[in-house]
Amino acid sequence: MTGQPATLPAELASIREDFLALPERERLQLLLEISRELPALPERYADAPGALERVEECQAPVRAFAELENDGLVHFYATAPEEAPTTRGFASILAQGVSGLTPQQVLDVPDDYPHMLGLDQVVSPLRLRGMHGMLQRAKRQVREQLAARG
Amino acid sequence: MPAPLDTDPKIAAYAHPERLVSTQWLAEHLGDPGLVVVESDEDVLLYETGHIPGAVKIDWHTDLNDPDQRDYLDGAGFAALLGSRGISRDTTVVLYGDKNNWWAAYTAWVFTLFGHPDVRLLDGARGKWVAEGRELTTDVPTPTPVDYPVVERDDRTYRAFKEDVLAHLGKGPLVDIRSPQEFTGERLHIPDYPEEGVLRGGHIPTARNVPWATAVAEDGTYKSRAELEAIYQEGGLGLRTDDDVVTYCRIGERSSHTWFALTYLLGFDKVRNYDGSWTEWGNAVRVPIVKGDQPGEVPVHA
Repeated sequence: MTGQPATLPAELASIREDFLALPERERLQLLLEISRELPALPERYADAPGALERVEECQAPVRAFAELENDGLVHFYATAPEEAPTTRGFASILAQGVSGLTPQQVLDVPDDYPHMLGLDQVVSPLRLRGMHGMLQRAKRQVREQLAARG
Repeated sequence: MPAPLDTDPKIAAYAHPERLVSTQWLAEHLGDPGLVVVESDEDVLLYETGHIPGAVKIDWHTDLNDPDQRDYLDGAGFAALLGSRGISRDTTVVLYGDKNNWWAAYTAWVFTLFGHPDVRLLDGARGKWVAEGRELTTDVPTPTPVDYPVVERDDRTYRAFKEDVLAHLGKGPLVDIRSPQEFTGERLHIPDYPEEGVLRGGHIPTARNVPWATAVAEDGTYKSRAELEAIYQEGGLGLRTDDDVVTYCRIGERSSHTWFALTYLLGFDKVRNYDGSWTEWGNAVRVPIVKGDQPGEVPVHA
C-alpha cells in the first residue's frame, strides 16, 4: 500500500519531460498552452455551486473534483476564471495527468510533483502551492470516495 | 520630461493627482515618448494572455523579490531590472494589473522605495481596461535597454519592519486591511488550500480593520476623494493627515493599495507599509496578538 512508486504515471511523466526539455523562460509559455487545454466542466457539474469550496482571499477561486467513476478509475475536473491562467494551467496538468489513473496511483503521486516541473524559478514556489493544494485535495476526495464505497 | 497630468475632475481632486491616470488618459497617451506602461499581476501568466499594447511585465515574485533573502532586490538589481524594461530615471511609469491593482500598487510601492520620481497607477486597473473593451495584444515588446542609476533603497520613509511596528504601538494608528475574518483570527487556514503558512491568527494590538476593498468603487477605481475622506478621516476611522500611520495585510500587497490611497489620494504625510505583515507577525515569537473584533490595548511589555 505504501512507499514511493518507482516511476511517475505515464502522463504525469510525459508532462514533466515536456517542461524540463525547455529553457526556463519558455516553460511559462508551455504552461499557458496547457491552461488553454483545460476541458470544460461536464454539465452535471456546471451548476453545482454547493461543491465550490471557499478560498482564501488571495487566491483565484478554483472548483476541482477528483471523481471515482464506475469504471473504478479517477477523473479530475476543474474550473477557474479566465483571468487566472496559471491556476487553469495547474488544473489542466492534473486533469490530463491524473484522469484515468487508479485510486492507488493517484494516492501515490508524489506530493512534490508540482516542484518536479522546473517551474520554481519562473512561477515561484509560493504560486506552486496552488497546484500542491489542488493535488492534496484530489487525493483527499479519492480517499473519501473509497471510504464511502467501503 | 514627465507626461502631462490627467485632468479628469475626479483625479484632479486628489491630493496628488500626478499619481493616478484614467483608462481614457492612458488610451490617449499610449506610445508617447518617455512613457512606459508596466503590468504587474498576481497571476504570472496573465500578461501573456494579452496586455495593453506596448506594456512590459514586472512580476513581484520573480522580478522584485530577492530569490534567497526575504527582501526586495537591491539598488543594482533594481537598476538592471528597470534598464532592461527601457525605463530610465526620468520615465513616466504607469502601472496596472489584476485584482484591482494589488500587485501594481505593490510594485508602485517598491518603485517608491527607490525614489522613482514619476510612478502612476491606472485607476480601475486591468479589469476596467478590459471591461471597456479596450485593445489588448499578445505582442511582447522588446525595449531597448537603457541606463538606470543605482539608487540605494530607502527602507525608512515608506517601509516599516517588525521592530518599527513594535515601537509604534500606542504612538500612532495601525490599519489592518485584511478581511474581517483574518482580523479577528477566526480564519487562519482553509484545508488543502495554499496559503503562506501562519501559526497564529488575530491582529496586531491597537490595529483597526478597514479591508482594502473599502476604498474601491464598483467599477474597480478608487472612490472619490470625499468618499475616501469619509472612510479614513473625520467621521470614519478618524485618521489625520499628519498621523504616523502603518498599514499591513498578509504579505504587504493589499496594504500597498491602501498605502497608495492614504499617501497620494488623501495626502497623508507619513504612511509606512509593513511588508512583513501577518506572515511575519503571526509566526514571530513573543509578539503581542489580539483576537476578536476589538483593536485591543497596547501591551505593557510591547
